[in-house]
Amino acid sequence: MSAIAASSSSAILPNQRGWLGALSDRFWRQPKLFVFLLLLPALLWLGIVYVGSLFALLLQSFFSIDEFSGLINYEFTLKTYAELLRPQNLDVILRTVSMAAAVTLASALIAFPIAYMAARYARGKWKALFYLGIMLPLWASYLVKVYAWKLILAKEGILNWVFEQLHLTWLLDAWLSLPVIGGNSLSISYTGTFLVFLYVWMPYMILPIQAAIERVPTNLLDASSDLGATPMQTFWRVIFPLALPGIVAGSIFTFSLTLGDYIIPQIIGTSAFFIGQAVYAHQGTAGNIPLAAAFTVVPIVIMGLYLWMAKRMGAFDAL
Amino acid sequence: MTSAVSLQTVSRHFGAVRALDEVDLEVGEGEFFAMLGPSGSGKTTCLRLIAGFEQPTLGQIRIFGDAVEGVPPYRRNVNTVFQDYALFPHMNVRENVEFSLMLKRVDKATRAREAEAALELVKLGGYGDRRPGQLSGGQRQRVALARAIVNRPKVLLLDEPLGALDLKLREQMQEELKALQKTLGITFIFVTHDQGEALSMADRVAVFDFGKLVQVGTPEEIYTKPNSRFVADFVGSSNVLAPEFVETIAGERRWASLRPEAIHLLRSEGGHSALTGTVVSRSYLGATTRLGIELGGTLLHAVVPSGTDVPADGARVTIGFAREALHLMEDAG
Repeated sequence: MSAIAASSSSAILPNQRGWLGALSDRFWRQPKLFVFLLLLPALLWLGIVYVGSLFALLLQSFFSIDEFSGLINYEFTLKTYAELLRPQNLDVILRTVSMAAAVTLASALIAFPIAYMAARYARGKWKALFYLGIMLPLWASYLVKVYAWKLILAKEGILNWVFEQLHLTWLLDAWLSLPVIGGNSLSISYTGTFLVFLYVWMPYMILPIQAAIERVPTNLLDASSDLGATPMQTFWRVIFPLALPGIVAGSIFTFSLTLGDYIIPQIIGTSAFFIGQAVYAHQGTAGNIPLAAAFTVVPIVIMGLYLWMAKRMGAFDAL
Repeated sequence: MTSAVSLQTVSRHFGAVRALDEVDLEVGEGEFFAMLGPSGSGKTTCLRLIAGFEQPTLGQIRIFGDAVEGVPPYRRNVNTVFQDYALFPHMNVRENVEFSLMLKRVDKATRAREAEAALELVKLGGYGDRRPGQLSGGQRQRVALARAIVNRPKVLLLDEPLGALDLKLREQMQEELKALQKTLGITFIFVTHDQGEALSMADRVAVFDFGKLVQVGTPEEIYTKPNSRFVADFVGSSNVLAPEFVETIAGERRWASLRPEAIHLLRSEGGHSALTGTVVSRSYLGATTRLGIELGGTLLHAVVPSGTDVPADGARVTIGFAREALHLMEDAG
């Protein structure tokens, strides 16, 4: 009782926590200082490590390589970018972008119903199970998953076996005999590369869509129904537009991850290069850092364009 | 009077909870009908049943004579103004108001005209291009109203539409809603937990408690002749008098209600049932002052005109009221 009386005898309570208390007082008086300190590590990381190296990379792409000596010529030139437009390099870009687009589209189509189900209907332990099911593959090593898929897709693999048991081998063969997407077996065709990309990036599509759908208040659905919209109309007029930012967020993941990946196409698929592999090869054995840098700029530009287009289409209006 | 909405022993159970329990209710055409009750009393469930968002567990609902069992909300000619407005954030004000017309495939020009007319009706003409996020609470409320009346429903349901507005705006909207209902001639069913709102706006009021419909009547009936302790207490903070006390002043051993404003202070002995007590609290309300008076263990509240002759705390006063003001209730408690 006496201790309480002593501490409350003055209008201002004493600082009982030493320099920590003084620091708290200072932050309370200058909240901006606190925010600055919180942001500092992130700013250093983003500013120096990320933007800095990005800038260095951009700089490299404006140099060129002396084809005769293999040495880098440190003079500003657009020659390296011109080289990107050579048919064999343009092929790499086109192949990668088409694959990224196909993977994005397919994963959006598959992810949406899953995300919708989870956001609207799953409750309690079913929701936990959903998260576990989506996240579990992310905890396993990426390489293990890719090699596992190589076995699944191989000619002696389980997928072929399943098709055989179902007497559907003819269907698989017909698919593999298609130009471009076909091949000798699934594991060395674009179809195989596509399937593995689809599997590996799927969680990155499901989670943002699920979050977006979950944020749609149920009373908007009631309102839509009340105003005469059938469930189908409510879906297209209310749920879908409001889930669009989630789809765009998910597609940013799947699209950019596919654009940059160089392991999956190396292990599964044809021997033709994707951008990531081209970068890897040019900066490594070939020693052509400027061309590798120019290749790296391509996904950055494409993503920039993509985001700009998404914004213009109003994908972020509801945010 | 034709029935716009009629509920016949309607119940809605959520598991073991009886959100609505055997409610019989008739709402007349063109009526401004209020459903009043504390939260959890079943009034909103009742509204959602009429709108079609919920299906009754038992009983039948008719809207203008048609049984609506199994009829989805989008096929009911009934529109709702939601408590938190439920405006579509990805559409501007006009698109929100046009929504139902667009679904009906009304052509663009007519749509725009009707939407503008509805917006003008709620005094928001020219706001069509704004986004809901750019509007104040009161304006959003009006958009929600315009959106609900644009296709002239048979019944308009309002779920605590004024709950989120501040007092001044609420009073203004009460008058506007009343005027709007007169202009449109649509049946309004209005859910509120604010007894003042219900009494001032509605033609008739239904009072709900614990899923039961307790009393239906005109505001005056509800206010002056509450049929139960709950209604007396909930509608207008009436004095609820215990049977023992009533027996001493009225000779009947029943619960009774006595309006605070029916009590007047007497200088001398007289009147039908004068009693003497002590003033224990005093709150100044502007034109009136609310007094707490203790009469032999019973606390009564009296509302008297403010002025110089209001007794001070601790003063001995004698109270009086007309015999008719003492309303004996049916329930014995």
